[in-house]
Amino acid sequence: MNEPLFSVGQRVRIADRTPPVHHRVPSYAKGQIGIVERVCGMHAEPEKCIRGDGKPFQRIYRVRIPQSTLWEPYKGTDGDKLEIEIFEHWLEAAE
Amino acid sequence: MTDHDDHDHSRTFQPDHPEPTSDAALVGLALRELLIEGGHYTADEEQAVIASMQGASPENGGKIVARAWTDPEYKQRLLHNGADSIKELGFELEPYEFTVMENTEHVHNVIVCTLCSCYPRALLGMSPAWYKSGSYRSRVVREPRSVLAEFGVELSDDIDVRVHDSTAELRYMVLPQRPDGTDDWSEEDLAALITRDSLIGTQRDLIPR
Repeated sequence: MNEPLFSVGQRVRIADRTPPVHHRVPSYAKGQIGIVERVCGMHAEPEKCIRGDGKPFQRIYRVRIPQSTLWEPYKGTDGDKLEIEIFEHWLEAAE
Repeated sequence: MTDHDDHDHSRTFQPDHPEPTSDAALVGLALRELLIEGGHYTADEEQAVIASMQGASPENGGKIVARAWTDPEYKQRLLHNGADSIKELGFELEPYEFTVMENTEHVHNVIVCTLCSCYPRALLGMSPAWYKSGSYRSRVVREPRSVLAEFGVELSDDIDVRVHDSTAELRYMVLPQRPDGTDDWSEEDLAALITRDSLIGTQRDLIPR
């Protein structure tokens, strides 16, 4: 198992890109900043699987994003959150 | 002579279903034929998986919730590592990470898969039709409070909503709150209280009968 690049509580940005293959990042989450809610295990990653590349296993993180920053306008409270699973290569550290 | 000559794979695949006609269904069947011909799995193994999924139901979730309500240490294991802790009760959801989200006085959880319709099917059985609808999948992330209200769940502002989008290899279940007045109930009676929708989060309050 590779050591996780990110840790719980760290601010991360989800990449804003659209590879021409099946990938598991919905468009509403692309480019968004959140914090790592939990570090999960290693799983087969669909973009590599579909190309037949080796080592398709990547770390998954759960990322927590405030609903009020995802949607404009948002009808709810500042405490409302969305949590989503993101593979490691879609994340970078954010300020 | 190979063992492929003595039977017809199409007859081992849910034989009561009507013959497929759509392009997508035909491509799916062709792919399945190739995987079986290539020895990746056998038709018998496929049947066993289908049978096990058909045996799954929200009652399994009810047993897990009732154990968590009555055994605080089990609840901690369940919240920390759902996949391992459900094995203690004879359940399994490999290769997925089973992730249980606890409702509290100030937190309400709701599950969705915006990209398709991921659901812990091998544990809880088939998901409801609305869970797979484009309307639920697109709206519950954007306006969860409105969607929940349509299900009869009115949340005051002192309750935070957490929407969990099941986008990859985790599968989710909500741990509902134990209703008041059930302190002396047996684990079996508690389990019977739990509904499918309360495990998804489109129901919040469980009503003791």
